[in-house]
Amino acid sequence: MSGKGMNLTLKIWRQKDASSKGQMVDYKVTDISEHMSFLEMMDVLNEQLVNSGEEPVAFDHDCREGICGMCSMYINGEAHGPDRGITTCQLHMRMFNDGDTITIEPFRAAAFPVIKDLVVDRTSFERIQQAGGYISVNTSGNTQDANSIPISKHAADEAMDAATCIGCGACVATCKNSSAMLFVGAKVSQYALLPQGQVEAADRVQNMVAQMDLEGFGNCTNTGACEVECPKGISLENIARMNREYLAATLKG
Amino acid sequence: MALDSKVPKGPIKNKWTDYKNKIDLVNPANKRHIDVIVVGTGLAGGSAAATLAELGYNVKAFAYQDSPRRAHSIAAQGGINAAKNYQGDGDSTYRLFYDTVKGGDYRSREANVYRLAEVSSNIIDQCVAQGVPFARDYGGLLDNRSFGGVLVSRTFYAKGQTGQQLLLGAYSAMNRQIARGKIEMFNRHEMLDVVIVDGKARGIIARNLITGEIERHSAHAVVVGSGGYGNVYFLSTNAMGSNATAAWKIHKKGAYFANPCYTQIHPTCIPRSGDYQSKLTLMSESLRNDGRIWVPKNMEDVLAIREGRKKPTDLSEDERDYYLERRYPAFGNLVPRDVASRAAKERCDAGYGVNATGEAVYLDFASAFERYGKEQAKIHNIQNPSPAKIKELGQAIVEAKYGNLFQMYEKIIDQNPYETPMMIYPAVHYTMGGVWVDYNLMTTIPGCYCIGEANFSDHGANRLGASALMQGLADGYFVLPYTIGDYLADDIRTGKISTDTEEFDIAEKEVTERINFFVNNEGTKSVDYFHKKLGKVMWDKAGMSRNAQGLTEAMAEIKAIREEFWKEVSVPGGANEMNPELEKAGRVADFLELGELFAKDALVRAESCGGHFREESAELDGPQKGEAKRNDEDFAFVSAWEYKGEPADAVLHKEELEFNDIELKQRSYK
Repeated sequence: MSGKGMNLTLKIWRQKDASSKGQMVDYKVTDISEHMSFLEMMDVLNEQLVNSGEEPVAFDHDCREGICGMCSMYINGEAHGPDRGITTCQLHMRMFNDGDTITIEPFRAAAFPVIKDLVVDRTSFERIQQAGGYISVNTSGNTQDANSIPISKHAADEAMDAATCIGCGACVATCKNSSAMLFVGAKVSQYALLPQGQVEAADRVQNMVAQMDLEGFGNCTNTGACEVECPKGISLENIARMNREYLAATLKG
Repeated sequence: MALDSKVPKGPIKNKWTDYKNKIDLVNPANKRHIDVIVVGTGLAGGSAAATLAELGYNVKAFAYQDSPRRAHSIAAQGGINAAKNYQGDGDSTYRLFYDTVKGGDYRSREANVYRLAEVSSNIIDQCVAQGVPFARDYGGLLDNRSFGGVLVSRTFYAKGQTGQQLLLGAYSAMNRQIARGKIEMFNRHEMLDVVIVDGKARGIIARNLITGEIERHSAHAVVVGSGGYGNVYFLSTNAMGSNATAAWKIHKKGAYFANPCYTQIHPTCIPRSGDYQSKLTLMSESLRNDGRIWVPKNMEDVLAIREGRKKPTDLSEDERDYYLERRYPAFGNLVPRDVASRAAKERCDAGYGVNATGEAVYLDFASAFERYGKEQAKIHNIQNPSPAKIKELGQAIVEAKYGNLFQMYEKIIDQNPYETPMMIYPAVHYTMGGVWVDYNLMTTIPGCYCIGEANFSDHGANRLGASALMQGLADGYFVLPYTIGDYLADDIRTGKISTDTEEFDIAEKEVTERINFFVNNEGTKSVDYFHKKLGKVMWDKAGMSRNAQGLTEAMAEIKAIREEFWKEVSVPGGANEMNPELEKAGRVADFLELGELFAKDALVRAESCGGHFREESAELDGPQKGEAKRNDEDFAFVSAWEYKGEPADAVLHKEELEFNDIELKQRSYK
């Protein structure tokens, strides 16, 4: 099946490594089908570059079905590009027109340093979760029966909604303050909403927030941009819940 | 070397318990002197790393992604099986065991499958304790759904992303151990070889994917949980980075590779749209609960649809061929995956495919909209509802059940599946074959273990839905952490393994030489060029149906592609930097060997079983005419291949399969 065969100009951030200076470089791609995904268009460009002996553009990607959270481009000024409720790998070229110029940058934040081209280092998210994003239970095979604590469907569904976060970092890249509050709020909420997580809730929220601050993420000023760009539709309500949890935890001392 | 499966004696119900009671243990004080390497951090590797660390071992875990949470287990949608019998519908450990062995077409090891069924309940308990938000009903208890090929409701789920939620559970357990310093996590690292010292696996050579640095890591045991090899087909539902390198490297150092030809081609995937396609997307099997699969009965309609003169919704009921319902009245649209996939191929090969590529069939929810709509009208006491109202009510129910899948479909295909049937076609999804392991999950290299999809053991020739997550977590949480103690008990006085030895020198040198070859080779063709070429041979000649001639040709063609690859491959960039093309080159080099062994294995197995359909081995007449014909007399064995250089020279070792607790029958879904 052949598409419209779009011809596009791509302005892409190229940076050799973390310590080098980067710059925008222009590329042309031709005969791009509207049925291609955005990353398949990038594959076409890279094949072109490899065949002419140039270094292809490095970008993070893996599952290509919107769940691993690896892909991370900032396209025409939006995390994961135009269209809502998707990751970059789910963005399709039918969102663009013949003759368009597309600007492609890495996710930018002080806590997400560039590794190469469009690849950034998101291990700050890892460290936040290591600070408390778990329930302290060992694997024994003798934990109590899964049905011994009923959990209301409402709470379970809300915990699930928070847990759908894929850890991509679009919220941080979108926020003018590079705040990670939506991400951390979602993690804190998932556990705070479940009885299993409530035992350690006070320590968890304090430790995770402390680590978040340490990593250099900015503060939340309630613009709500993160919620708009979140591929999984994580609600701002999670930030509010984290704030309540944090306040309660610190007041208890 | 003769294969010893080390299955304990005694009745199947007591084997695992008795064995655990007698197995050697390592005392807690000694565990802190023992190091274990875990390669891969999906459900199997992640759960193993966390549990080993909890037990007190020093764990080093490796993932090629930037976080353990991104391993491809994350993409599993449908659910995880467990014999909890919460629904009171007669489920039991035995029934889960039986269904899994039958679903695998009697080509798995009975004792392993029974153990899997036995620990399945613990998995659900463990995950709930970790905060995995499984779906619940209004009473606050856990909900279940049904999957293909079984008669009970035993599948636990978390919306359409059970895999992500279970992986986040294992990942959170890992994070706790990383924070305590019991797991040292190596993100963006790739294992490129295993190091054998005095016949035992004692470490690995890994490449730091950011700096390109080649690193030596030692341990008392090495656990490989690196997933399956579906990307040997180039196009599959696997993640782009999913690869067989870790499994293949241990194979080349002495681990036998079992049943490579057992591949699962999943029936409900989004069809390919063009040559640029990079991967395929799965639509959960759960859709077949409510969707009906069809193609037009008449060729004129097929052509009219392809040319856009007719829409599928223009065709009346008697102009449609609901071929699964026609061929398999008892199971209908819920036949197992291998059967559904072959039936789609049969129709498309006969020319009835409904898109431009001729490789698509319809999955239609119209009758589900009507059925649910009528039910809802009744519930809400709506008198004489119009057909539009019925459809609207029905669509709301379908949306609640599968909304995220419908949205995903629309994003990719740009058609609204509420208004027109979905188009689907089978795609490579999972590999049942893998590294041969004994009952302890140890490979034929002492001290080298293999878990999850990377090993061969539990699914036989066909995997049932919602069983992959179960096996990954069973291996990692509940099996390996016990069995590895039996081996490590001899290592309490060994002390730290030095990396400053000849064995590490040699392994590192081999790895470095190969990398230098790639970056210095002045070839003319990209890595993808070769990968696509390999994938086409695999799909055409070792895909959904296979024959001796095609497989013989495939072996020769893959060898030729491999030879061309080593002459002509072009890898830009350097060795000492992040270089995704270099990573791909190494992986494709391994696939080019694995693919040939795959074809050889398929050629030797001159029977049809599960996902492996040999055209020469089909029923010729009677009610099962055209169906797969298994040959238990000659082929009730595991093929375990020993590496001898060229894949064509691999030596076959057979592990005979004994079935004491299950009677071998033909799988009939008629």
